[in-house]
Amino acid sequence: MRRFLALALMAALPALAQDDAAKALRTRALAANCAGCHGTEGRAPADSLVPGLAGMPVTHFIAQMKAFQSGARQGTLMPQLAKGFSEVQIVQLAQYFSAQRQGAAK
Amino acid sequence: MRRRELLLGAAAALPIAARAATAKARVLVVGGGYGGATAAKYLRLFSGGSIEVTLIEPEAAFVSCPMSNLVLSGQWQMGDITRAYDQLTTQHGVQLVRDTVSAIDADKRQVRLTKGTTLAYDKLVLSPGIEMIWSEIEGLQAARGRVLQAWKAGEETAALRRQLEAMPDGGVFALAIPEAPYRCPPGPYERACLVADYFKKAKPRAKVLILDANEDVTSKGPLFKRVWAERYAGMVEYRPQNKCVAVDGDTIRFELADDVRADVLNVLPPMRAGAIAVSAGLANSNARWCGVNYQSFESSVARHIHVIGDAIQIVNAMPKSGHMANAQAKVAAAAIVAELSGQAPDPAPMLTNTCYSFVDAGRAVHVASVHEYVAAERIYKPVPGAGGLSATPNEMEARYAFNWARTIWSDVLA
Repeated sequence: MRRFLALALMAALPALAQDDAAKALRTRALAANCAGCHGTEGRAPADSLVPGLAGMPVTHFIAQMKAFQSGARQGTLMPQLAKGFSEVQIVQLAQYFSAQRQGAAK
Repeated sequence: MRRRELLLGAAAALPIAARAATAKARVLVVGGGYGGATAAKYLRLFSGGSIEVTLIEPEAAFVSCPMSNLVLSGQWQMGDITRAYDQLTTQHGVQLVRDTVSAIDADKRQVRLTKGTTLAYDKLVLSPGIEMIWSEIEGLQAARGRVLQAWKAGEETAALRRQLEAMPDGGVFALAIPEAPYRCPPGPYERACLVADYFKKAKPRAKVLILDANEDVTSKGPLFKRVWAERYAGMVEYRPQNKCVAVDGDTIRFELADDVRADVLNVLPPMRAGAIAVSAGLANSNARWCGVNYQSFESSVARHIHVIGDAIQIVNAMPKSGHMANAQAKVAAAAIVAELSGQAPDPAPMLTNTCYSFVDAGRAVHVASVHEYVAAERIYKPVPGAGGLSATPNEMEARYAFNWARTIWSDVLA
């Protein structure tokens, strides 16, 4: 029985890994929406007027997006773009960017 | 671990012939503009380098259409809108082939290049941009080289700048706009503003005549109209419902309106998907635009061929813009990597668009939008409540526009 469980677990592992990989890819693709203005993987060019997002703490990212959504933080187009993302997406984006290596884009 | 799985998944998805030739899946990307170059880079990024990517582009360098109106006003030079492709290779391992695709064999999964080579693919990304439908305007093809479009940034951009410089003070610059959809909805109106900005400084008695086939300004209308009425009063004239049908010497003829004579003619004919998409039978919407499955941007008529950018049939306010092509490229790249890895495609991809237009040398306006894939209808829809326009032209957004260009060029190419 124990052996059967172990086998079943082994068989399930690749599927789980596959699931994780699929989720990771979707989050990367979602986050790539920000790259046009904030740089690939959140790394903006040096001296950019628009901040890079790579390495930004999760709570800070979420707070800024919510402030743009509510109008508490003013801006030009970010208040308009922020309203396009759900709470779940904002958390996914925050977690993704917080895990990215900081630095300047080429 | 993940990379190995991707490789195994990819190998399983390959046709036998391709698998024997190479352990890696091979994706060909046709066209090195905002869409194609982004797709090439992100296919490498999203696959962790496990997909072999070849970008086929005839030009030696990337020349940006967005910002190219600044060359017409003399504010920028061609070098300012030109970027090299080499970092795609040095940073991301994309193979560059400087050539043009002359034919696609969707059954054999092969493309033939103009120089004679045949390349096999597992997936093909087609980002062919647009081509002009010359036959829609009588005399326009014969007038090529004299009556310019400058709607693909490059030599014609510089040539149109020379025509504007040579035009006498008191002359007329006439810009004819085709019915939507066409590449870059606000582009003609920005061009009118920036040419007028140049005239104000260099030829104050000159005129800018906008001859629009559409019923009204197709993008950022109130913002542009206010600038024309205030800053460019007496210099810019806007005439809606002026559908150009012929060019004859220095005269433009219309379906209904009176003829217009001008010193510099900039006549944009109706447009369709780039030539290779049309000849390959992929432009299945009114023989002009390529229908796609929006979840993956796979062609609705050919399996394993993904079409992105200005060439696709659009719905619900998805503009034909460089930023949109950049966004679509990422969705297509993720869908291809998912499929080659044996994963289900993203059920809810998103697109964003940001577009700045200059109204003069120091002020700009924006339009922004967020688009979500609605699975039940199989289309993208603007997210309700999101997106919008600038309240008024402003200097801060001109600085943001320059910053946008630098950043997105880096995202596309570096």
